[in-house]
Amino acid sequence: MSIPARPPVIGERNAVISGIGQSPVGRRLGRTGISLTVEAALAAIADAGLTRDDIDGVASYPGAMDSSPGMSPTGVPELKDALRLKVNWFHGGAEGPAQLGALFNAIAAVSAGLANHVLVFRTVTESSAQTAGRRASVVGSGGSRIGGAMQYLVPFHAVSAANWVGMYAQRYMHQYGLQREHLGQIALNARRHAGLNPRAIFRDPLTMDDYLNARLVSWPLGLYDCDIPCDGSVAVIVSRADAAPDLKQVVRVEAIGSALHGRDSWDQRADLTTMASHDAAKMMWARTDLKPTDVDSAHLYDGFSYLCLQWLEALGFFPKGEAAGFLDGGEARIGLGGELPLNTNGGQLSGGRMHGYGYLHEACVQLRGEGGDRQVQGAEVSVVGAGGGPLGGCLLLTKDR
Amino acid sequence: MTFQPLPTVTDDTAPFWEGGAVGELRINRCRDCRTWFHPPAPVCPACISINVGPEVASGRATVAAYTINVQPWAPDMEVPYVLAYVELDDDPSVRLTTRLVDCAPDQVAVGMPVEVTFQAAADIWLPLFRPVKDH
Ligand SMILES: [Zn+2]
Repeated sequence: MSIPARPPVIGERNAVISGIGQSPVGRRLGRTGISLTVEAALAAIADAGLTRDDIDGVASYPGAMDSSPGMSPTGVPELKDALRLKVNWFHGGAEGPAQLGALFNAIAAVSAGLANHVLVFRTVTESSAQTAGRRASVVGSGGSRIGGAMQYLVPFHAVSAANWVGMYAQRYMHQYGLQREHLGQIALNARRHAGLNPRAIFRDPLTMDDYLNARLVSWPLGLYDCDIPCDGSVAVIVSRADAAPDLKQVVRVEAIGSALHGRDSWDQRADLTTMASHDAAKMMWARTDLKPTDVDSAHLYDGFSYLCLQWLEALGFFPKGEAAGFLDGGEARIGLGGELPLNTNGGQLSGGRMHGYGYLHEACVQLRGEGGDRQVQGAEVSVVGAGGGPLGGCLLLTKDR
Repeated sequence: MTFQPLPTVTDDTAPFWEGGAVGELRINRCRDCRTWFHPPAPVCPACISINVGPEVASGRATVAAYTINVQPWAPDMEVPYVLAYVELDDDPSVRLTTRLVDCAPDQVAVGMPVEVTFQAAADIWLPLFRPVKDH
């Protein structure tokens, strides 16, 4: 059941990210999911130096779904058909190690030789869906009966991830002396970086007073602990390393973490001060000789500020329970010129909820040295982690060396 | 109409969702190794025996974590309210997500003893919890 200390096969190293693309990301763009997806996909294909005819695989998360408005308007079949892709392998779905599961599947497919160039995408139109009068991301708002794990949460009015995460955050505060100000450091950091990113959504400066005085959502989480629904699409091309046209710009996959040893629900995890992120991170570090101290930039899920704290801890940037001391360091710790530049694009808190794929895109931008005003000097190793609660997946990326 | 989403009731989950009709908190238990487990499943997670079924738990539990929900997520939702992960006294490794009633937001605390109280909703009974009164 445990993770091998040094597995004999690290197959993910046969894959590289050869191209990246992003549509406009914003509020109420008023465009369809497929329109945003095609724009991101064509940008990624061109960026990789490939053409439509080279793409022989497609993967996406979570597949088209309409249970939560705008959550995933476009799935694999719609894009595949729009571009008339002739694929040897394709997959879309939600059951896996969180949002990056689609990326891991693509890496596995490429490493297994099932495809040479897999287009991986994630598209959201949650902002436009809200404008249309349907609240996104509230389970049970549709009126139908609820099954699966959600039936043990939603009927009790634990309807939002803010509730489920809020209880985890409260427990950590109780056990380890965390304060709201520490979570605020994550929100302020995201906003500082968003100010340097022309594509981020909320770019005006945010102060600790703003953070603390904002309305509460679900104690201890307030308005600025929660990310922003948005419209947009991210696409990347995962290629076999020996098939990538332009090795000068490829991003290498060093190691994947996809483990989940805990329970598959929010409320049954044995240790309420950890999450699936801890299982995934442990696996990832077991598959590389690199260490947390080698990481030049971190791109960690901040759909809620507390999830980002959990990723930082899970990845070993500070010992268990010591988030308060770490975050007390503020900008010197997690700012652009700090020890561990975090969420350099503004994260999801200020950049918009691209649901994991904004971090992936930004990590590639940093490793390619294309960050402009927000570039981390000399970035060679970046970590990306996405998900929260019983969902988590992470990977370590490196500049081509 | 008040906001009240409802669960899908199956043969496996009916004892949990319907036990409140007779005031019973029914949790699955292994008849061989006596392990309690939740949610209901047709196999014991400890010994993999299929000789399992619902048994009546004490209804006593302890608050492991809580949140005070302030945001009205639906137009007909009354806020604030207190949500908690509670650990059953019968076996603290079994948790329920629940809403606390008869409990002011500033009253709740980790470690607080609570007891089940059922609220009927359509064809099911929600196991809510309330603070245990001091004797
Ligand atoms: Zn058993």
